[in-house]
Amino acid sequence: MISRRTALKLLAGGSATAVMANGLRLAVADAPTERRFVLVILRGGLDGLASVPAYADPDYHAQRGSLAFDDPDAAEGALDLDGFFGLHPSLSALHGMFRAGELLVVHAVATPYRSRSHFDGQNLLENGTARVNGATDGWLNRALGLMSSERQLGLAIGQSVPLVLRGPTPVGSWSPVQALPAADDDFLSRLATLYRDDLLFGPALTEAIRLQEMSDEIIGKQDTRRSRQDAKALTGVAESLARFLADPNGPRVAVLEAGGWDTHANQGLLTGRLAGRLAGLDEGLAVFKEASGAIWRDTVVAVVTEFGRTVAVNGTGGTDHGTAGAVFLLGGAVAGGRVIADWPGLSGDRLYGGRDLTPTTDLHAVWKSVLAWHLELPRDGIERIVFPGSAGVSALPDLIKT
Amino acid sequence: MATAASFIATTRFGLGPKPGEQERIAADPRAWLVEQIVPLDLPPSALAGLPSSRDYLTDLGAARRQSGEEKMAARKARRMAHRKEVALRTRAQIEAGDPFHERLVAFWSNHFTVSVKKPHLFAIAGAYEREAIRPHVVGRFEDMLSAVLHHPAMLLYLDNVQSIGPNSPAGKRRHRGLNENLAREILELHTLGVDGGYAQEDVTELARILTGWSIGRQRDDVPGGFAFHARAHEPGAKTLLGVRYPESGIEEGKTAFAALTRHPSTARHIATKLARHFIADEPPDGAVSRLATIFRDTEGDLAALARSLVQEDAAWANPTAKVKTPNDFVVSALRATGVDADSKRLVGSLELLGQAPFAAPSPAGWPDTGEHWIGPGATLSRAEWALALGRRLAGHRAHEVLVATTIEPIVSASTRLTIERAPSEAEAIALVLASPEFQRR
Repeated sequence: MISRRTALKLLAGGSATAVMANGLRLAVADAPTERRFVLVILRGGLDGLASVPAYADPDYHAQRGSLAFDDPDAAEGALDLDGFFGLHPSLSALHGMFRAGELLVVHAVATPYRSRSHFDGQNLLENGTARVNGATDGWLNRALGLMSSERQLGLAIGQSVPLVLRGPTPVGSWSPVQALPAADDDFLSRLATLYRDDLLFGPALTEAIRLQEMSDEIIGKQDTRRSRQDAKALTGVAESLARFLADPNGPRVAVLEAGGWDTHANQGLLTGRLAGRLAGLDEGLAVFKEASGAIWRDTVVAVVTEFGRTVAVNGTGGTDHGTAGAVFLLGGAVAGGRVIADWPGLSGDRLYGGRDLTPTTDLHAVWKSVLAWHLELPRDGIERIVFPGSAGVSALPDLIKT
Repeated sequence: MATAASFIATTRFGLGPKPGEQERIAADPRAWLVEQIVPLDLPPSALAGLPSSRDYLTDLGAARRQSGEEKMAARKARRMAHRKEVALRTRAQIEAGDPFHERLVAFWSNHFTVSVKKPHLFAIAGAYEREAIRPHVVGRFEDMLSAVLHHPAMLLYLDNVQSIGPNSPAGKRRHRGLNENLAREILELHTLGVDGGYAQEDVTELARILTGWSIGRQRDDVPGGFAFHARAHEPGAKTLLGVRYPESGIEEGKTAFAALTRHPSTARHIATKLARHFIADEPPDGAVSRLATIFRDTEGDLAALARSLVQEDAAWANPTAKVKTPNDFVVSALRATGVDADSKRLVGSLELLGQAPFAAPSPAGWPDTGEHWIGPGATLSRAEWALALGRRLAGHRAHEVLVATTIEPIVSASTRLTIERAPSEAEAIALVLASPEFQRR
């Protein structure tokens, strides 16, 4: 079995594609585009009001309670974007990109999905229709089909190809070699629930967690270690991903996934579970930018999730499944430095179902824009093949530099 | 529709349900099990065409004349062959349409353990199971015992090939003597049990009886197979468990196997192990007694024992009485999900979770009680393995199919709720596999 170290050595030693599973380099034809697109799916439902707080909304503090950030001029306030919206303080690299005009935020955005199941929400996020199981393949695979290239242009980072990239157009996949994924805090707490009444597995898990905490203490790791572990994994693959994309004969489109955003309890504000995750995401994206070098100017990275979360804090210091949230578009090709939002407001009567941020922008409008102006796919194909049945949704203009 | 009985039949007696298996057998789960208690003409197709132990051992014989480098290469080749066999044997369990039969193979193979913890056993351990165990799992105990003790793997594993009668021609010439390792384990582990009523003299006497039981050399009739080396056999009468065995060469051993099979302690010992495997870690006395009686009355008819296990009501009382071993856990997860794991992943998973086939830590085989398998480390490893599998599977609402295939008849409301609340399909699948219900049988 190849150890992780061997894989890293291979990566360091030569062209990144040398270690890629066969297929990606098989047919080295001219790529139909020099543009790069990376889709980062955050599974579990990222709280859009935590990543991008609307700190100046008159109802923000009242509705958000203990999860509200202070204004940017306070010591530990949100990082200011435009005087109305801010960024979570963990997202300092993204804040730098925003000021450099390389980060665009679209807020109050959602897929057409309006219920609150992770499984169905993610299915719809990826199948690209307005219905659960509305397609058996993914919209990004269909988009790759429009490029009609001999080259294999799509790459999934991970142990399996996610639905969004599955379909008739062949894609590659790559994952860093590792023994087993580490169970993070969130998964451990779910296990603890599962084993609550079990006399064998319950005490065994309690002891396992105790041992882990003890070793953390002795080794002196931060309390957000396990929250960050998954996100750290993102940092680890971010560099490899940049190398793959930078290779002239490599892929042009890649999908990357990260879990742990389902913050029902103890979500935290400046520290804690979500802060750790976001810091890891921020670091991963910064590493990607750094490693991508010359291709950065041709790149758009989109960071999305299946739905946002409730505006109000629940009884356990967390937030529950909601509807609209925030999307990040970053990269040298993004016309950034702006927050795009048809802001619905946070007063009680403005909330979706009386609890969620109301969606005012369809996520498909963002995708249509990226596909049309960044990947330069034919409008007709985008409408008919990639997002069938979405004729009522127009592409958001001016997201991409011209 | 799946029921508690179909869950028990497929999970406790079988190797974990495949999709649709519970529904198919739900009308009469016991009949489905009884149908599998038949001798098989052929090994499972996954294992067809593998080399015999003789093939391996003849190579080993030739290896004496090899250079150091050639020896290294030969050793490596045998390790590779072993990994291949391990993967194929696991695949046979994953694919089995007669999983109760396969479980019986694993049970008896573990009862008569040989292990690659002794490196001589690489490659041969798998062949041993095919040759000495498989043909007899629904046959007679005495035949299996005899096949095991005629097999080079066991004779190598427990050092009998080195045991020489001190007064035999070979012993006198080479000033060598007895090795009682095999004799002791036969009495302690394979037949009577540790409290089965034997003494040190019985161990020594059985060791004397078994002198000369060895492996064929190039000049023997069957090179690489069983050979009785009369020149190493201890001459004279022996006394085992109060019975006198006049000098009769290889026949002494055969008589001893028959006597050990008929001994009431053997019946009790085997009944206890079967009941522990199929009923509970602490099996009820009544069931053990009934099984022991069957063993005695039929003189070790293993098919009769398997049938009476199926008819034992205690085996159907608690669907979650037993904890899955790592092997059970991996095999049942792959049967249920249909994930096609390559050989490397299969072997790697079993090694990682602590139960590489044919690598038991001692001649006693793998432990068969839950507390041996579930500690803090194992609990986390299993959950993380489940998470890795979940990430590979992750189809839309695949967890619902997985629940329906497996734990549906016994799943608790709180387990179901925890699964439904998972933030992603991968984690939902992992929680199904990690659930207390799935991890038991």
